[in-house]
Amino acid sequence: MERRALFGGKLLPYTLLLPQFAIVVVFFYFPAGQAVWQSMLMEDAFGISTEFVGFENYQILAADPDYYKTMLTTAVFSILVAFLSLSCGLLLAVMADKQIKGATIYKTMLIWPYAVAPAVAGVLWLFMFQPSLGMLAKMLRSWGVDWNPLLNGNHAMILVVLAATWKQISYNFLFFLAGLAAIPKSVIEAAAIDGARPMRRFWTIIFPLLSPTAFFLLVINIVYVFFDTFGIIDSVTGGGPAGNTTTMVYKVYQDGKAGSNLGGSAAQSVVLMIIVIALTAIQFKFVERKVQY
Amino acid sequence: MSIGRNISRIAAGALFAGTALTLAVPASAQTEIQWWHALTGANNDVVNRLAAEFNASQTQYKVVASYKGSYADTMNAGIAAFRAGNAPHILQVFEVGTATMMSARGAIKPVADVMEEAGKLFDPNVYLPAVAGYYSTSKGEMLSFPFNSSSTVMWYNKDAFRKAGLNPDAPPKTWPEVFEAAKKLKATATPNCGFSTAWVTWVNIEQFSVWHNIPIGTKANGIDGFDTVFRINSPTHVKHFANLAELAKDKTYVYGGRTNTGEGTFTSGECPIMLTSSGFYGNVKANAKFDWGNAPMPYYPDVPGAPQNSTLGGASLWVMGGKSSNEYKGVAAFFAFLSDTDRQARLHTESGYLPITKAAYEKVKASGFYNANPYLETPLKSLNNKAPTENSRGLRFGNLVQIRDIWSEEIEEILAGKKTAQQGMDAAVARGNASLRQFERTVSR
Amino acid sequence: MVERQTLFARILPHVVLITGVCIVAFPVYLALLASTYDAATVQTGQMTLLPGNQMLQNYERILFSGTNSTTREPVGTMLMNSFIMAMVIALGKIAISLISAYAIVFFRFPFRMAAFWLIFVTLMLPVEVRIYPTYKIVADLQLLDTYTGLTLPLIASATATLLFRQFFMTVPEELVEASKIDGAGPYKFFKDTLLPLSVTTMAALFVIQFIYGWNQYLWPLLITTRDNMQTIVIGIKKMIVTQDALTEWQLAMATAVLALLPPVFVVVLMQKLFVKGLVETEK
Repeated sequence: MERRALFGGKLLPYTLLLPQFAIVVVFFYFPAGQAVWQSMLMEDAFGISTEFVGFENYQILAADPDYYKTMLTTAVFSILVAFLSLSCGLLLAVMADKQIKGATIYKTMLIWPYAVAPAVAGVLWLFMFQPSLGMLAKMLRSWGVDWNPLLNGNHAMILVVLAATWKQISYNFLFFLAGLAAIPKSVIEAAAIDGARPMRRFWTIIFPLLSPTAFFLLVINIVYVFFDTFGIIDSVTGGGPAGNTTTMVYKVYQDGKAGSNLGGSAAQSVVLMIIVIALTAIQFKFVERKVQY
Repeated sequence: MSIGRNISRIAAGALFAGTALTLAVPASAQTEIQWWHALTGANNDVVNRLAAEFNASQTQYKVVASYKGSYADTMNAGIAAFRAGNAPHILQVFEVGTATMMSARGAIKPVADVMEEAGKLFDPNVYLPAVAGYYSTSKGEMLSFPFNSSSTVMWYNKDAFRKAGLNPDAPPKTWPEVFEAAKKLKATATPNCGFSTAWVTWVNIEQFSVWHNIPIGTKANGIDGFDTVFRINSPTHVKHFANLAELAKDKTYVYGGRTNTGEGTFTSGECPIMLTSSGFYGNVKANAKFDWGNAPMPYYPDVPGAPQNSTLGGASLWVMGGKSSNEYKGVAAFFAFLSDTDRQARLHTESGYLPITKAAYEKVKASGFYNANPYLETPLKSLNNKAPTENSRGLRFGNLVQIRDIWSEEIEEILAGKKTAQQGMDAAVARGNASLRQFERTVSR
Repeated sequence: MVERQTLFARILPHVVLITGVCIVAFPVYLALLASTYDAATVQTGQMTLLPGNQMLQNYERILFSGTNSTTREPVGTMLMNSFIMAMVIALGKIAISLISAYAIVFFRFPFRMAAFWLIFVTLMLPVEVRIYPTYKIVADLQLLDTYTGLTLPLIASATATLLFRQFFMTVPEELVEASKIDGAGPYKFFKDTLLPLSVTTMAALFVIQFIYGWNQYLWPLLITTRDNMQTIVIGIKKMIVTQDALTEWQLAMATAVLALLPPVFVVVLMQKLFVKGLVETEK
């Protein structure tokens, strides 16, 4: 869509764009380019001696079993959070979509966790499950569960998944609610007249109509787990135990910390950049289709 | 990198010259000396009091102490700041970071030079040999200023010992005795924990090796050269971790985490035995609501020569490079202030860290302080237990901060039962060596 | 309704929703509880599900004097920093994106599409993939420990620019024509016509970006080195990772409550705008 009615002015549009451009070039493009350049260097911690090594950092990365473990961790983390937060969000949205009393209050009471910072969410869950003083940890122990997220990688993973899911449910809930509201009531009523049972009606009629929303949310949730859970991991587990909750983004941060392996960290950044580009492409391809639909 | 750095300066500088200028640090009559440290709790109070006392004692300089997180976080922050061109003047670096700092000659200024240039008297011989040796080059040049030195001791809860029918005045001496005592304690007094260790690698690998006179790595634990390889998969090491893993199954041994976050389980009474730094003293004194004591680290009696001697932990103060001579004068004045014998003696008796000068040690000893407080002398006795050997002089491995994380990961796998002790320690050696080689490659150029 | 609802069918949604609300609220309720007890009770796990009596003392202590064991900076200062950061980021993003979108939609000039793409592609460069180089640039500009360093690099916004662009494209052609006939130049049109039309979009965006700014973690973690520049989200993390002291959980939890209240208030009070902003930016 192009406009016909326009303003003239040669310099004005550039002036208007300048602030955004300046920031984008200085803080986005230049550092991104630096990351690519850095990924081909090997340096000591203080940056006193530097050697150009070409793709060696990438070769080291490709041969590092730890990196594959990190990828697997990220995948497991993403799948668990996406599955849990999507299904809880959907369940709550379906319930809140019914014409019931107090629907608005329920909605308000369910969406606020979106506003809680990931790091704070992490701390809240850590407090409940802190092995020696957490209320829920003590409960688990009294049931005979040897709860120990300090040592047990699965327990640590459960903890970060819970915190990440808790925060994300509200987002999914809202979008499912919007998706449900967009479904014409006549479609649902027609199905009801056909005598379909509520459960069957949901899976055969409503859910397929929601699937574009669900797919969109899936991509968003994966992006969320990739990037926004940094604060949760840093405050709850620090990537441990034994690297069992180290995601790809967390590893970039950890490996570059103290300048110990900036080259390797930068190489991982570049890999991440490629993944983000792919995710964004999928997301936009989808959004485009939804616009047509 | 310098080309990239310049381009970024020019490009960014051109765009934001105005902003940058207005936000430059405001001029001040006093010269500020930034001191980044990692001490919390009772020891954080000590740091702040030292800075305040120094600032009150003169008007020319102002020491600003900032807490920067854990030891590793503080070191990271210092390195990042150096790379960004705004390092603090004084950076507290824990003992594992020593090799990294020593190899960065362009980034640091040897403390001996700082003192000499400022015309302050600086004699390395006033320091306890174990302390001075740890922070000096092989030529005897002292590179950093020893601040809080500690060693590993075993803290124990005497009330819990009594409850378990153990003699509170005869703490276990050997590891098998510790295991037995821990089982009894867990069965009777403290159902959730028999014993625990903070700083899992420091206690169970580094100090453990030194105390048993077995090498952590070749080349005298790295002191004689960067081309060292690890030796921590010896039968003694493997046996120790196999024991810990076995005892971890029923919580006789409780893993206390990679740093000292687990120390709280001792002061809260949950764990009756805790192996950790002697610097824990201040917090034990302040927070433990029970009768407590400490004892030397345990050893395996079947290892010949054990116990040998323990080595240092804690941290030293590094002076970062690239500051003005006036600022270095301020640093020197502050260090001279810290070296004062009375102050050293007080620091030692209040914080539980070791006295670092001979004079302070003698003074505290003469005052009869140790008769009333024998627990502050335990680490000193361990340090001086025997004349140091090649395996117990100290250790100096590059990238040790990162390697400790690698080791911790492997230990966590062993304790979780995912790997056998042998597999875990073999992996710890292999992965540690890879990191050593990377360090060797980046520094030797 | 075509079918008769059974009692079960009528009650079920309420049961599910109430359960959901309780589960969602529970962690914050516990934090609130913990902040009303003294250290010893929390530390030994003796806390019950009813509040204690130390609430005032705890909040007063953290707000005005800070914790003992780590940073001595009072949480009041941190709250102020977070507030400034969130406000500057939200307003800055809106201002910058508004004028960028205005230029792209209402003007024709060489490289217009290139300009659009240049902004658009930044979507694919989240701060996490350029952490260290960005840190270095901010350091080179002497912006560490400044509000400028804390906010400026986060002010660019592809999503906001896209949102305004989309909105501007729906502005009826006739409005522009009418203004032009009235003799309005680009400035007058922007001020008198476009801005009033954009108020709701701006407000919705503000809600979302305020939360975004308030909740920043990695960036302030890297570039603030002074205690008095810390934001509250970073402050909490530091309270928990105390080394040789017991974590003062009752204070950490009080801080957590203070850290989550402002953005939660914004969401609850401006719920309509929040939902609009969320749906329209699609993150």
